[in-house]
Amino acid sequence: MINDPYREGAARGWRLVDAARLERDVEAEADVIVLGSGAGGGIAAEVLAKSGLRVAIVEEGPLRSTPDFRMREADAYPQLYQESAARKTADKAINILQGRCVGGSTTVNWTSSFRTPPDTLAFWRSHFGLDDYSPEALLPWFEMVERRLGIHEWNGVPNLNNETLRSGGQALGIEVSGMRRNVRGCWNLGYCGMGCPTNAKQSMLLTTIPSALEQGATLYSHLRAERLIVEGDQVRGVDCVAMEPAGVHPRALRVRLRARHVVLAAGAIGSPALLLRSGLPDPAQRVGRRTFLHPVALSAAVMPQVVAGHAGAPQSLYSDHYLHRDPIDGPVGFKLESAPLHPVLFGTTLQGYGEAHAGLMREFPHAQVLLALLRDGFHEASPGGTVQLRDDGTPVLDYPLNDYLFDGMRRALQAMAEIQFAAGARSVIPVHEAGLRWSSLAEARAGIATLLLQPLALRVVSAHVMGGCAMGKDAAQSVVDPRGRHHRVRGLTVADGSLFPTSIGANPQESVYAIVARNVSALAAELTGRPAAPIA
Amino acid sequence: MGLTRRTWLKTGIAGGLLLAGAWAFHKPLDRLAKRGLVAQAPLDGALRLVVPALVPVLLAGMLPEAAGERQAAIRQATDGVATAVAALSAATQQEVSELFALLALPPTRIAVARLSVPWPEASEAQVRAFLDGWRGSSLALLQSGYQALHDLVLGAWYADPAHWGVIGYPGPPEVPRPS
Repeated sequence: MINDPYREGAARGWRLVDAARLERDVEAEADVIVLGSGAGGGIAAEVLAKSGLRVAIVEEGPLRSTPDFRMREADAYPQLYQESAARKTADKAINILQGRCVGGSTTVNWTSSFRTPPDTLAFWRSHFGLDDYSPEALLPWFEMVERRLGIHEWNGVPNLNNETLRSGGQALGIEVSGMRRNVRGCWNLGYCGMGCPTNAKQSMLLTTIPSALEQGATLYSHLRAERLIVEGDQVRGVDCVAMEPAGVHPRALRVRLRARHVVLAAGAIGSPALLLRSGLPDPAQRVGRRTFLHPVALSAAVMPQVVAGHAGAPQSLYSDHYLHRDPIDGPVGFKLESAPLHPVLFGTTLQGYGEAHAGLMREFPHAQVLLALLRDGFHEASPGGTVQLRDDGTPVLDYPLNDYLFDGMRRALQAMAEIQFAAGARSVIPVHEAGLRWSSLAEARAGIATLLLQPLALRVVSAHVMGGCAMGKDAAQSVVDPRGRHHRVRGLTVADGSLFPTSIGANPQESVYAIVARNVSALAAELTGRPAAPIA
Repeated sequence: MGLTRRTWLKTGIAGGLLLAGAWAFHKPLDRLAKRGLVAQAPLDGALRLVVPALVPVLLAGMLPEAAGERQAAIRQATDGVATAVAALSAATQQEVSELFALLALPPTRIAVARLSVPWPEASEAQVRAFLDGWRGSSLALLQSGYQALHDLVLGAWYADPAHWGVIGYPGPPEVPRPS
């Protein structure tokens, strides 16, 4: 029997406030306000609430739960994603998939779970003074969040969309490994990206947020945090504005929350944006800088057999072969994974129109897609992007693609075409405005070698936004200290992927979980004067 | 229409789709609306003028052949685009609104879209020339305008369960709903 934890919780007295339905302004107080309910906010809320603190969670998106997840793109994108899944960088060259709902991106991600790679942590220690960020020091926290969220080597059968990566890789001597996933009793349906309809995905929506609510936390949905309330050098709370039910426009109704401490976990675009709107001191202008995306290049293939890339776990296999060929600060490396296929995502991402596009769409059951996510932020030619504010105060990320990244994109397109042909692909189509349908590796190689790689020609996507409130020892180089505490004001801890001083080089959710669990446990101990409650 | 190449480029560099066009296009569009030439809501009117001309070209090979069904499908696709636009962020809706205003207004339609006839009279070849011109443009602004139209129309089409059968997508599986 599939249950709806929120309906049951509401009946038990959970404090759920939908700001879209408020009838008057509200003022309220808590010990700690957690801004954002995604990977960082969810873990923070549970640690703090279990440690005995009164927590208020603020989420700009709606509360949608199990019965709402109907596995239809037309419902899921407008309701569950930032900007209706059409969030773009300033020049429109990169489409960003990011959640905006209770549970944040964890409600809509594909469950891929990786510990922070040791070479990434080594780079953080040597370049940013993050001495405590070693695999050994983080191990107990990885283990804790893995227990909490059921992260384990998935024992289901990879679908053919993923299997193509393995069979092609095997033929070429490229190592392909099984993924770990945060699921319990997964039905292997393939609709993780539209909200899990079976309560298998151990998202924040299903795990930590209900746990915090059970401890008496208050969850505000449809509530946009506008700016921090700062008195002197002390953060005292946050001013918020209610959103209309559709989540597009703010209402003329305000919520003012006061607290001893604010935990900022609005994601790597939302968190720097709140700091910018709040006008906190930032003499070195680090806020919003070095925002990373793992920019993704895509390669589509038409396979002889039916792939049915819409069905089955979206991601279950991966290859780090091309991450380890060069030094981490050399030519950009990339991680290879598969991308699930659904009609809107596939139809809009695929270039071209008319007969050519329609022809490929008719081969949808045979379509297979590989993706290469580039490990940005480790080379001086990869400084990432900058979060800026529009006139209306909403954020936009300016992320210029450049030759350093395009070099990696070209190598990635070559590598993916090679793997797809080695797996028996009938044809391969790089996702590029001038990408043709190539029916042999030789053709594809020659074609990719001469593709003009530039913004908007290559159709680039991202599902991993990181950085912008970088942690570091040196206040001139970073926004927060290694524990996430703001360098310049008291009472403010950043606890999400915006902390990362580079990209992760792997799907980032587990890095957020573990690092936030550690940092916020230290915060809870400080606020209560006793050790934080473990969450698993 | 005082849209010089220079302001156009400046707008492009500013990053948004036709930021400077906000006032420049909305005012004349309001005037057209007052004269009953486009529907009252500026975005909706412009969208409904332009999208029905784009659909048969962007979705060539997917639209039904029979005239009645074809018209109905074009209408539904246009409704789908309007629905999709309404769900975009306020800032993006503003940009899309400016894009459609630019396409709908004769002076900019001629100057920037290079389309000499009104949209309802445009041949498929003329629409294709417009789309290819923007798609292959060296101006990022026009390229991104093409991609916005591409994504809106194709996205609205494939969001509709009625269009899943022909591409062999069975739709989501049955899962018992929580009671």
